[in-house]
Amino acid sequence: MLGSFLGVLFDGVAYGSLLFLISVGLSVTMGLMNFVNLAHGAFAMIGGYLCVLLMSRLDMPFLATLPVVFLAVALIGAALERTLYRRLHRAGHLDQVLFSIGLTLMAVAAATYVWGPGQQPVRLPGFLRGQMHVAGVDLGIYRLFLIGLVVAATLALQFLMTKTRFGARIRASVDNQAAAAGLGIPVDQVFVLTFALGAGLAGLGGAVGIDVLGLDPTFPIKYMVYFLLVVAVGGAGSIKGSLLAALLLGIFDVAGKYYVPEAGAFIIYGLMLVLLLFFPDGLSGKKA
Amino acid sequence: MMTRPAAEAGEPAGPPRNRLSGLPDDRWSVREAIFWTIPPLCYFAFPGYLMLGSQILIAGLFALSLDLIMGYAGIVSLGQAAFFGTGAYTAGWLASHGWPDPLSGLLAGSAAAAVVGLPIGFLVVRGRDLGRLIVTLGVGMLFFEAANKAASVTGGVDGLSGMEAGRLFGLFDFDLFGRTAYLYSLGVLFPLFLGCRRLVRSPFGLSLRGIRENATRMAALGAPVRRRLIGIFVIAAALAGAAGALLAQTTRFVGPDSLGFSRSAEVLIMLVLGGAGRLYGALVGAALFLLAQDVLAGFDPLYWQFWLGLMLVGVVLHARGGVMGGCELLAERLGRHR
Repeated sequence: MLGSFLGVLFDGVAYGSLLFLISVGLSVTMGLMNFVNLAHGAFAMIGGYLCVLLMSRLDMPFLATLPVVFLAVALIGAALERTLYRRLHRAGHLDQVLFSIGLTLMAVAAATYVWGPGQQPVRLPGFLRGQMHVAGVDLGIYRLFLIGLVVAATLALQFLMTKTRFGARIRASVDNQAAAAGLGIPVDQVFVLTFALGAGLAGLGGAVGIDVLGLDPTFPIKYMVYFLLVVAVGGAGSIKGSLLAALLLGIFDVAGKYYVPEAGAFIIYGLMLVLLLFFPDGLSGKKA
Repeated sequence: MMTRPAAEAGEPAGPPRNRLSGLPDDRWSVREAIFWTIPPLCYFAFPGYLMLGSQILIAGLFALSLDLIMGYAGIVSLGQAAFFGTGAYTAGWLASHGWPDPLSGLLAGSAAAAVVGLPIGFLVVRGRDLGRLIVTLGVGMLFFEAANKAASVTGGVDGLSGMEAGRLFGLFDFDLFGRTAYLYSLGVLFPLFLGCRRLVRSPFGLSLRGIRENATRMAALGAPVRRRLIGIFVIAAALAGAAGALLAQTTRFVGPDSLGFSRSAEVLIMLVLGGAGRLYGALVGAALFLLAQDVLAGFDPLYWQFWLGLMLVGVVLHARGGVMGGCELLAERLGRHR
């Protein structure tokens, strides 16, 4: 009983860290640019497909694809930001929502056209497969790897945000864009770089998440609610809040599917309603 | 807050005196009268396309419901299909369980959607923009899941079938060509449209526009912002439910896709295509959307989704206000030249 509980907790944490990795970019861009980007999941999907493509066509090992995926998706994000997204920075949320839904639909159709509607398989390297037996609990090695990766990414992000000049610029721009611009911070550049970083992280999350979340063309729509939820519950622009929200969602989702499978997705939506009812401004209390 | 697009989309471009006073004019213009002669004319002109015609009328009603909350009250809903599907399943369930009368089924569907809409309205109004998006999106997905899981009531993935269709007023059978279906849909849409038209020109409707533009200021003026928003949300839910019930009755089938995200997205696209915040935009958008879909049906449905996305992006970037907005702009320019 306890063993299975710990196992569920572990899987939930792994799942939650994955959600965090994908959503943190959305949270920061929403806090920074006040841009509601429903197409964020599409970046994760692109990352996943890119990873599969690199492995099957170029025979690259799984781990080696990850930095490539990160950079490539970040570049795509930067290009889209420069060409399309920036034209809607000052538009209302309605326009941004419509625009990003349009992008999502296009991405879904394009992915189906290129890769077909089926699930994409991923071949994990041998040393990431299998289970580890620790104190009576079976821990999936791949999930351990996921948690490790996200811890590393979070620490790196934390360092970036608190200890570097770039991080200071992001924080300043989130807090008060006009004042930041007035102090000579190139807000536009900060926007692009942040957007690219967020897109790259989402792509990375999509690539390492194939084994957990699956990968098919409807990915951006299927998980849209989850990503938005992480941001809404965690509070836009807050990394700590997003992490907390993502872990909470991950644990509840996995536990719900394990203990009450017939309830399906109801657990997560019920949790959503409760959280939004009691924390309409997110856990960290920052305005979304 | 969603002030900018709304400010552009909101004002009906009437004669200048409306502009000056800023108050709506309840009189019928010639253009409106001409518009409403089109549906009856189509009945005689295209007898082979009446099923498509009734689909357009139903989609128009559905888009109208979204226009009330999005175009006028400024709440973006990504889950309006939840109410559409509630109405459809209610009417469908009644019809397949020995209650074939269409009108009472329609009322029941609409009422069920309104009842469901009330608690959700409370929740939606509570949040901010992002919260509202998520709640509507989540509620839509939740309803979809529920319809899939409760197979004993809804028929699950296969949908509800075996519906009896009673005679309208006990007189008119639903025929194969959709003649009754078309006239029935039109007969429901027109009075409901009149109701909406009156509603948005009433003090209640004006206060909604005020809330859309600046909720804080409206609250300071003493308008009960939350109550007004919940009110319009429930009204819109009832309209969406009526549209769903109509679809169930005229096609004699309800599937879980009537609740899905794609239906919510489609109605959003219809409205944006036609132009939000004008009522007529909803009808024009629905007609354009379904006609385009019918014409392009030879294409792969996937291409269709791609074009949909492209249309949305295009409208947002280059044609805010949609078709109706474009028409108004054109009319304004022509008027100035004269």
